[in-house]
Amino acid sequence: MNVWIAIAATFLGCYAVKLAGLLVPAGTLERPLVKRLAALLPVALLAALTAQQTFADGQTLVLDARAMGVTATAPAAGMLRRWPGRTR
Amino acid sequence: MADRTVLEDADIGGKTDRAVVRDALGVGVAVGLSGFAFGVTSAGGGLTLLQTCALSLLVFTGASQFALVGALAAGGSPFTAAAGAFFLGVRNAFYGLRLSQLLALPRAVRPFAAQWVIDETTAVALGQPTRRAARLGFVVTGLTLYVLWNLTTLLGALGAEAIGDTDAWGLDAAGPAVFLALLAPMLKSGTERAVAALAVLLGLGLLPVLPAGVPVLLAALAAPVVLWADGRRKGQEDTR
Repeated sequence: MNVWIAIAATFLGCYAVKLAGLLVPAGTLERPLVKRLAALLPVALLAALTAQQTFADGQTLVLDARAMGVTATAPAAGMLRRWPGRTR
Repeated sequence: MADRTVLEDADIGGKTDRAVVRDALGVGVAVGLSGFAFGVTSAGGGLTLLQTCALSLLVFTGASQFALVGALAAGGSPFTAAAGAFFLGVRNAFYGLRLSQLLALPRAVRPFAAQWVIDETTAVALGQPTRRAARLGFVVTGLTLYVLWNLTTLLGALGAEAIGDTDAWGLDAAGPAVFLALLAPMLKSGTERAVAALAVLLGLGLLPVLPAGVPVLLAALAAPVVLWADGRRKGQEDTR
């Protein structure tokens, strides 16, 4: 049940922000500080999530095979960086 | 008439409809692979087949989905888990702002187009020289990704159920690997790298002392903190 609550909340929240972008008049969110913050927020969240899912086992930090698995994919992530279109 | 001029220009620029479709399909294949990884991760994290597929159908923004199943698997409450996923999805609002000017969609179409406002459709649409090409790119990318993402999610979840213990196959590295792939192109300047470094410190440092899911939300504070420090440093340089 808890999982369904989480799914419903995520769906409503994520759909609402997608739609909001298309509906609000241009210029409302175009302030430079807001734009910078919106660009940096995913950087912070993704970095923390990558680190946690690589090194966390419940609430303790461990170094196991996952760290090697993620390190192995790093060059592929570097290649994506040069992918045309992914330049934002 | 104006449209025709624009179109001819586009052809001279070498951007035919076929080229736009090729751009769109190229992105689709790569994303299909991460859909498979999501299905495996979600099922491996304890979600049912129906829950996994519902997420891809309803949420349809990869990073948020991975974050949600990761937080739930780690024992986070449904609300902290959903909050992390939501904050990751906020960037889509800014994509929507740019797309709404670029695509000039009729109001009645917007609720349907909204579901496709994600990283990849925005990248393809913004990369086109004309409105017509941008609309075509958005629609083809959106449709391709929606179909592929949901299909590969289903296959990944079925695969995870078939092989049982996904951790033993090293598939538990799929989640963080996808995050890393999303993160890498964003680390363009020192500011982004400082935010990432501080967020890693906060995320790992707070992990042992706070309930699951909360450290990630606090790690998001790295963004305003670094922005504030940047602003202060710039201010000092200006007065010098």
